[in-house]
Amino acid sequence: MTSKFRTKKVEVSYGDKKAIRDISLDIEKNIITALIGPSGCGKSTFLRCLNRMNDVIENCSIKGSIHLDEQDIYGPDIDPVELRARVGMVFQKANPFPKSIFDNIAYGPRIHGLASNDSELKDIVHNSLEKAGLMDEVKDRLNDQATGLSGGQQQRICIARAIAVSPEVILMDEPCSALDPIATAKIEELMNELCESYTIIIVTHSMQQAARVSKKTAFFHLGDLIEYNDTDKIFTQPENQKTQDYITGRFG
Amino acid sequence: MTLPLSFVFFVLLGLSVYFYYHAKSGIVRKAALLSDRTKALPSHYGQQSFLWAFIPSFLILLVLTIGGPNYIDQIFYNKIQELNPTFNESFVSLILAKVINVSNGKISTGEENIIMLAKDYKIAFEQLHFYRGLVVILCAALLGMIISYRQKPGSNAREEVEKFIVNIFFASAVIAIFTTVAIILSLFFEALRFFNLYNFFDFIFGLHWAPNVAIRTDQVAAEGSFGMIPVLLGTLLISFIAMCVAIPIGLFSAIYLAEFATPKIRDFVKPTLEILAGIPTVVYGYFAALTAAPFFREIGFSLGLDVSSESAIAAGAVMGIMIIPFISSLSDDVIRAVPQSLRDGSMGLGATKAETIYIVILPAAIPGLIGAVLLAVSRAIGETMIVVMAAGLSANLTVNPLESVTTVTVQIVSLLTGDTEFDDIKTLSAFGLGLALFFFTLLLNIFALSISRRLAERYD
Repeated sequence: MTSKFRTKKVEVSYGDKKAIRDISLDIEKNIITALIGPSGCGKSTFLRCLNRMNDVIENCSIKGSIHLDEQDIYGPDIDPVELRARVGMVFQKANPFPKSIFDNIAYGPRIHGLASNDSELKDIVHNSLEKAGLMDEVKDRLNDQATGLSGGQQQRICIARAIAVSPEVILMDEPCSALDPIATAKIEELMNELCESYTIIIVTHSMQQAARVSKKTAFFHLGDLIEYNDTDKIFTQPENQKTQDYITGRFG
Repeated sequence: MTLPLSFVFFVLLGLSVYFYYHAKSGIVRKAALLSDRTKALPSHYGQQSFLWAFIPSFLILLVLTIGGPNYIDQIFYNKIQELNPTFNESFVSLILAKVINVSNGKISTGEENIIMLAKDYKIAFEQLHFYRGLVVILCAALLGMIISYRQKPGSNAREEVEKFIVNIFFASAVIAIFTTVAIILSLFFEALRFFNLYNFFDFIFGLHWAPNVAIRTDQVAAEGSFGMIPVLLGTLLISFIAMCVAIPIGLFSAIYLAEFATPKIRDFVKPTLEILAGIPTVVYGYFAALTAAPFFREIGFSLGLDVSSESAIAAGAVMGIMIIPFISSLSDDVIRAVPQSLRDGSMGLGATKAETIYIVILPAAIPGLIGAVLLAVSRAIGETMIVVMAAGLSANLTVNPLESVTTVTVQIVSLLTGDTEFDDIKTLSAFGLGLALFFFTLLLNIFALSISRRLAERYD
């Protein structure tokens, strides 16, 4: 197994407040890794470090090192904009742009100049929708407003939008927390298909979801990485008492 | 015995407040007696009693205070006329005025008749005040008692109170609309009088504006010419120059404030910009006439251009500066109202800040931005003082910003100030201009609204 991300002693603080401490973990390529833990444990903060989305937050400082394919993403020669094209992100609340479905998917390819002409752009959009399993549902209304779709469809639009840039990694920050079980099932199915070609890291509050979709799971608590192991191991024989307590629902 | 207005009002208020507490505690007692629960909160019954006691009586007070004196005047007018059937209308009014002034003690007179009438007049007023007070207070007391008798724990006080409040909101909306309609109608009928004297099409298509007519009938003067095109063109030219200054500066500073400025800079820049909005337009006028106009003149000279000392460009540029805070402040709010999730989504796809602003945020903010610009355009079109001071009064048919032009509002001011007769064509032409301006801004509003509808990108 090769590592996609390698983080060493990552520490993030907002002002004086430390959000996460001393996080060292390696994330493997082309599998789904789940980050679980109670609210405020720092899992989303850690996720946002991986594509430098924390940069836009004021008074946020980051220590330690994060390597993507042996390259320090906080190094001086890294442009966060390019990094985010390689490490895409899907957010908790579906946030399609108030534009047509087509323009939503085409947004990334357009700004990165991935298509040299209209038919190429069209191919990218169609492929992305196909991969996101949305094509059949929206093929007749690509020019309709994306904000008019249902919540689950909107979230899949966001995933398709991320795929369209051909990232290497997709970060998902609680992508199903606002969705019903059917829409959630669709997205989980989609994640399983996508992880063949992408590395996926998902933050989730649902332990069932983590158990269902992920191959490896990291358990965070109060800013510390408590345990990181194969998902099967974590959910059947956790090594740490806190992990045991959390997954059995004793706290959190 | 006199009951002055303030006394009556405070008694009324006191009574109403009394009934509020009376009903509030009364309903609790009634409910306890019947061992029942009140349907609404006790304070709702209090509010209901307050409204019953206060509102009708207050309306009566209002009617009597406004209508009463008029009624008395009418009676005395008739009385004077009966006493002296030979007097004509204006003479009767004159005597009535004298009676009123004598009764107030403002003037004194030796005429017996007038002194008698003045005494009667004073007595009538005292009676009016007395009965006004009596009626209002009795009415309040009676209605307050009726409602507290009718209030049962099961009666629906909350619904009545809430219905009343809804009606107040409705009435406020109606007042606003009616006032607007009234303004438009008055403008319209005055303008109609103008168009009886002057051909409508000559007015709206006429290329020559020279409202020089004789002020008095015995004066010799040229026939006036009232073609509004030069004046309207002046308004458009100056507004256009103003918007050329205000839209880029205002919008760019709004983008800077909303997207790039740190909170510290923002806290300093935004209030500073808003100071601009607080400067009286007369001061801008000074600035335009004494600083900006010579400045443009100097620049024009050094480039070999002939710039009039009262130029459209000076007035327009200063007006633009005046309008900047409108655009920047409103646009800043609008841009900041675009959800952060859209920014995150765009950044997460590897968009730069510029791409995010240009492709995602500004399109989402377009309806609000158009609203801001529209407000600014209305300000520019309506602005008078700067133009009076810096652009002049001569109605030149030109789009050259270096020449002196005049605007609709400036012409209205100059037509209506000074000694004027209100049935004169020169005065009435001001209403024609006013109506034209009104229709122009109306069209502008409709146009902008349709654009913003078409461009609107709805975000939830």
